[in-house]
Amino acid sequence: MTKLLAQARYIVGALALAFIVAVAAPAAAQQATSVNPTASAVKEEQLLQQLQQVQGRISIPDAQASTLIQPAGQNWRQFHQVTLPWIGAIAILGMIVLLLVFYLSRGMVKIESGRSGRTVVRFNSFERFVHWVTATCFIILGITGLNITFGKQLLLPLIGPEAFTAWSLWGKYAHNYLSFPFAIGVVLIFLIWIAGNIPNRTDINWIRRGGGLFGKDHPPAYRFNAGQKMIYWIVIIGGTAVSVTGYMLMFPFYGTTMAGMQLAQVVHGIVALLFVAAMLAHIYIGTMGMEGAFEAMGTGTVDENWAKQHHPLWLEEEKGKAPSGATPRATPAE
Amino acid sequence: MARMKFLCDADRCIECNACVTACKNEHEVPWGINRRRVVTINDGKPGERSISMACMHCTDAPCAAVCPVSCFYTTADAVVLHSKDLCIGCGYCFYACPFGAPQYPRVGNFGSRGKMDKCTFCAGGPEADITKAEYDKYGSNRLAEGKLPLCAEMCSTKSLLAGDGEIIAQIYKERVVKRGYGSGAWGWKTAYKETIAT
Repeated sequence: MTKLLAQARYIVGALALAFIVAVAAPAAAQQATSVNPTASAVKEEQLLQQLQQVQGRISIPDAQASTLIQPAGQNWRQFHQVTLPWIGAIAILGMIVLLLVFYLSRGMVKIESGRSGRTVVRFNSFERFVHWVTATCFIILGITGLNITFGKQLLLPLIGPEAFTAWSLWGKYAHNYLSFPFAIGVVLIFLIWIAGNIPNRTDINWIRRGGGLFGKDHPPAYRFNAGQKMIYWIVIIGGTAVSVTGYMLMFPFYGTTMAGMQLAQVVHGIVALLFVAAMLAHIYIGTMGMEGAFEAMGTGTVDENWAKQHHPLWLEEEKGKAPSGATPRATPAE
Repeated sequence: MARMKFLCDADRCIECNACVTACKNEHEVPWGINRRRVVTINDGKPGERSISMACMHCTDAPCAAVCPVSCFYTTADAVVLHSKDLCIGCGYCFYACPFGAPQYPRVGNFGSRGKMDKCTFCAGGPEADITKAEYDKYGSNRLAEGKLPLCAEMCSTKSLLAGDGEIIAQIYKERVVKRGYGSGAWGWKTAYKETIAT
């Protein structure tokens, strides 16, 4: 009996199913023509306008690959190809022209009363060591960095693609590795010379008198004048900026996004080029621009008359330190 | 000569990732490098679409413009290729590329970049066609064999099209007319400064 009932249930069920299918089929067919399957589909243009990029989900481990389209790359291209080379060319060539004009009009700044023959210690051996380590790194970093921005236009046509790649690859290694001693150098420079580089009232006077750049004027200064303080802070602030952005570029996407990497390159490029331009002025005044200046970083001692002319307040301080009141740490000329 | 392009019909892509697998297998692409990938937008929501993306072989390619050593070149078929002998692995092409195509093996110092790898449109590299040297660096050169890129050739729904731009645009147009809808050629405006009018 129960068996029969179960069979009857099957038959009724099958009939009912057949009926439903028969009735529903035309209805489903009708529905298909009235539904637009793309009505709610995502649209590329809309996404680009709203979000400035197209982002989705991805099934491979590289999460970054989930960005389908990033048009910001075009802006970065524009910066890298047009804006940055112009900034660099204007800053560096402008500085060279400025220094040339200055040299031709003013010439070397002489020690007016001639050399006294007595010298006074200006930078000890540790200070000079830190300076030259940082300076050497800076020059190599600067040249290899400029190569990345300008090498393709200036050097590649001269030496050919293979040689240029070999040189650029070594340049990249040098740029990466020498960044470490450079960054340490910047930290040490900050520490050893911070005491003499806090802006004070004498700097206002020095700046008002144009730093003695024009005419025969020599405004007094302590150990570092306002110009040197400017160089100091350019090195500290610029050096920190290029180091931080440089390490962001060197360790790509460690905690940074694509926008972060692009911004790091923008900051690194601009700051580095302005840094190079500023250092050209520093190199000029420390060598051919001023008599008696180079030996401060060369031998570590300067002539007393040079100190009297450029840093009289510092010389007084140094003399005041001496117990007998005679010239301290000064050695007679041979 | 043809103007080679990729076109992904998002209304057909079923995110099976076979194009990704085929590409990796065909070119023996190393671990961690994906020349092609499938991105799903609005995943799980109405209007979800998947798009298979690789190097689009752009007109006026941004990668070539920003490369500091000029390692990119464009073939007669308008395929954008590069020389791994000249690449220094600086990563600039990745910053400029709108499609995230350049890939870098992590072999350099500080775990950063080796020489860049990307989709070659199955066209190899600057080495002589169909040589071991070419295969080792860039994978197989199907174009030289008279074949089209494998990703598109084996796409089960024929969502991914590869070939001469005019021909694949025509195929896509016919599809859109016949089925009555189409969400457009993804990336074409960015890559080729043009779209397919449907």
